[in-house]
Amino acid sequence: MKEKQSGLQTAAAQAAKKQGNPLGELINKLYIFFDNKKNRYGAVLVVTAVLLYLPMVTSMYFMEVMTNIWFHVIVCLGLNIIVGFAGLLSLGYAAFFAVGAYTTGILILHYGVSFWLTLPVSVLMAVIAGLAIGGPTLRLRSDYLAIVTLGFGEITRLAARNMQITGRATGLVGIDRPALFGMALYKINHYYYAFFILAFLAIFISYRLQDSRLGRAWKCIREDEDAAEAMGINVVAVRLYAFIIGSVFGAIAGSFMAVKMTAISPESFLFTQSVMILLAVVLGGMGKIPGVILGAFAVVAFPEVFRGIGQYRMLIFGVVLLIIMIYRPQGLWPERDT
Amino acid sequence: MSFQEIFIQQLFNGLLLGSFYGLVALGYSMVYGIIKLLNFAHGDIYMVGGFCSLSLLAFFGRTFIGNGWLGIIAAMLITMIIVGMLGVIIERVAYKPLREAPRLSLLITALGVSMVLYNSVMVITGGEYRAYGTGLGYEGFAIGSVFITHTQAILIVAAVALMLILHLFITRTMYGKAMRAISMDRDCCRLMGVNVNKIIALTFFVGSTLAASAGMMAGVYYGSLHFFMGFVIGIKAFTAAVIGGIGIIPGAMLGGLLLGLLESFGTQIPFIGSEWKDVFSFSILILILIFKPTGLLGKKESERM
Repeated sequence: MKEKQSGLQTAAAQAAKKQGNPLGELINKLYIFFDNKKNRYGAVLVVTAVLLYLPMVTSMYFMEVMTNIWFHVIVCLGLNIIVGFAGLLSLGYAAFFAVGAYTTGILILHYGVSFWLTLPVSVLMAVIAGLAIGGPTLRLRSDYLAIVTLGFGEITRLAARNMQITGRATGLVGIDRPALFGMALYKINHYYYAFFILAFLAIFISYRLQDSRLGRAWKCIREDEDAAEAMGINVVAVRLYAFIIGSVFGAIAGSFMAVKMTAISPESFLFTQSVMILLAVVLGGMGKIPGVILGAFAVVAFPEVFRGIGQYRMLIFGVVLLIIMIYRPQGLWPERDT
Repeated sequence: MSFQEIFIQQLFNGLLLGSFYGLVALGYSMVYGIIKLLNFAHGDIYMVGGFCSLSLLAFFGRTFIGNGWLGIIAAMLITMIIVGMLGVIIERVAYKPLREAPRLSLLITALGVSMVLYNSVMVITGGEYRAYGTGLGYEGFAIGSVFITHTQAILIVAAVALMLILHLFITRTMYGKAMRAISMDRDCCRLMGVNVNKIIALTFFVGSTLAASAGMMAGVYYGSLHFFMGFVIGIKAFTAAVIGGIGIIPGAMLGGLLLGLLESFGTQIPFIGSEWKDVFSFSILILILIFKPTGLLGKKESERM
């Protein structure tokens, strides 16, 4: 192990020397630093401590943005399971968190159910939605799947817009805030911690999935479907798992979003929302968990930092998407194949 | 209105709607047939065509040409050329570098092109609806109590004429033959001395031209344009292409007309109001993809990923 590491170090150092550019050298040094497990866990601990301490020292606005980032981390990791791990292009991901948000919203508003009890229902609905969309379509060609998911996304939004129970175009307003051990959750800091914990869980589950038997099956299918099938992997079933797990991620994020915002409307689940999430996944590098987290940060933080861009935002995102696909299809922080 | 008159009215609406879908679906189908790319940006090409012709028409309105039929025909021809060139540029810049890349990358690139197109138009127009002013009157003829303007009738005739010209182009010319050959086996065509890149560019040109003309016709028919109008018609045209069998030229026309008719009659079914119109066509798409993914005129083929 030690030998291998030192070998890697010299190779990286040589590469840095050959390139002779300071940025490349820095990146190589960082790679070597984080190759050590102790250093890596140390860094994660430091970052976590800082993130937990943040609400004590920063403004409400900053907390709003950070909460939004955690929300995007969760949904991006969910979509990453579908697009990155399993290699299926889904263009209607917003529908999945619409399912979660509306389930929670309707149960609380119309039936007075406690928020925590709506979560299992929301998960169940997500599984049903994943099965309904994935079940019949996963046998199709990959590009047909893209347009079917797009169609389902629009159907979900239009149905929410036209049905009585979802409050038509105005949506659901005045959803009660939940309470935890008698403490009402109403401050932005509460939701910051809630989404932080969820994001942490999402990251943990993603890592566990990636290295599991299922994760290896996804990777195998993504690389070569025929070979995977020949090795005895049930392609449709394994893809269906990806769809269902991805949709559960989205639904839970959506449920929490519903009580954080206390109001949801069909306009929160537009096609552009699905595209934003896809952009974050592609930007960071499909299938690479730290890359996807980075992508989620970038997509949320960019319009906040550059306030002036306003309506140019989506145009810039489109151009970025094109440049990445043409010049760097593996994303900013790609998966390193070993 | 009596049942018969509703029938005629809906038949006419369906045919008109269907010919727009058909024109856009043709471009989808041609591009899919030749490079197996689902060109998400195609609906936005239609939208760009609408806006391009609107500005040309506004310009002609101030000159001696006017914005009557002469102006419309001139604007249409110039729009078709400009937007056709745009299609070629898109292919060169965005799709050509990725021709050997995995399908997923190509699909995401197409999505990026679509975003760039509709957001550019949004920035230029400020996201507002734009009125499509023409100098055409509202004269027409009546069938029973159903009134059809001359403009509407001419639009259908023009759409059908364009489809026929395309059909002749594909079946009777060398270029059409080259296109059909490339969709069968690209590498073999290269060995036989077909300039594959040129033919692919030509396919994008022709497809974009048709979409642009449909965009202009939609502008004349509805009287207004919006930057996001390409999105829904993009999905519907894809539906039309799939109904007929994607990659098959007459299939796209048939699928377009069929979808237009289904939609206009579908909204007459009780409990399915016009607000469910889009849900209705997306459901048709999903049902067809599930039960007959090869389409009405398609043959069964096994897929290579």
